[in-house]
Amino acid sequence: MSMKTSTRTVNGIVIVDLSGRITLGEGSVLLRDLVRDLVTKGQRKILLNLGDVTYIDSSGIGELVSAFTTVRNQGGELKLLNLTKKVHDLLQITKLYTVFDVKDDEAAAVAAFK
Amino acid sequence: MTANRVSYTLDSSLQSVNMAEETAQLIAAKVGFDEDNCLKISMAVREAAVNAVLHGNAYDPKKKMTVAFENTGQALVITVTDEGKGLDINGVPDPTTPENLLKQSGRGIFLMRSFMDQVRVRLLEPGTEVTMIKNVSGPAVSHKEASK
Repeated sequence: MSMKTSTRTVNGIVIVDLSGRITLGEGSVLLRDLVRDLVTKGQRKILLNLGDVTYIDSSGIGELVSAFTTVRNQGGELKLLNLTKKVHDLLQITKLYTVFDVKDDEAAAVAAFK
Repeated sequence: MTANRVSYTLDSSLQSVNMAEETAQLIAAKVGFDEDNCLKISMAVREAAVNAVLHGNAYDPKKKMTVAFENTGQALVITVTDEGKGLDINGVPDPTTPENLLKQSGRGIFLMRSFMDQVRVRLLEPGTEVTMIKNVSGPAVSHKEASK
């Protein structure tokens, strides 16, 4: 299943609901374009909801890192929400779990933005 | 091709990467690996296939990727070969060190090594051959047969 996204705003925080696969090709490009578009439009507080992401490869991990640094370099914050076990394990293995601010409750995640 | 070995020669495309991944998942399940290990094996194959198609063959339609699966009884031995310029494995930095942690790429071989019991890279002329071994009974099992 290719990746799908939908975007909503809660208390000024842009929440991007992602589903499907974030892999080389369609998924990773879609994520990259989406985050760059949000940043271009002035959004600096972004929460990526990965609860329905079924699969992610190294390219997808790279896009998450790129999204994180893109937003951070603009003085913003990007957090991750609702990691599946697979994605959680991947971030642990790659030692990225401590780089990202990972939340498992949407309201708490929204409240955690500065 | 023997009964325990199957090999596919594929175009240098993303479709081939997906096909290699899906085939790995099916074969790993048939060999008897549990769901978690089937996922690890298919992810390792995907990473090797991405390297072959993207970094090796650079999507060149004239160049092929070969993916071979062999069940030795003790291990599943998977070989992914490309016809590219060759991968210098010593030139691939550890993606988990602080200076590399926020780099966008460079995690493929690391993930292969994390998910498989053995990963060997051999330079061909031209191309790269990546051999990945997953032991059927865990890391302690000998795989002399698979190493031949």
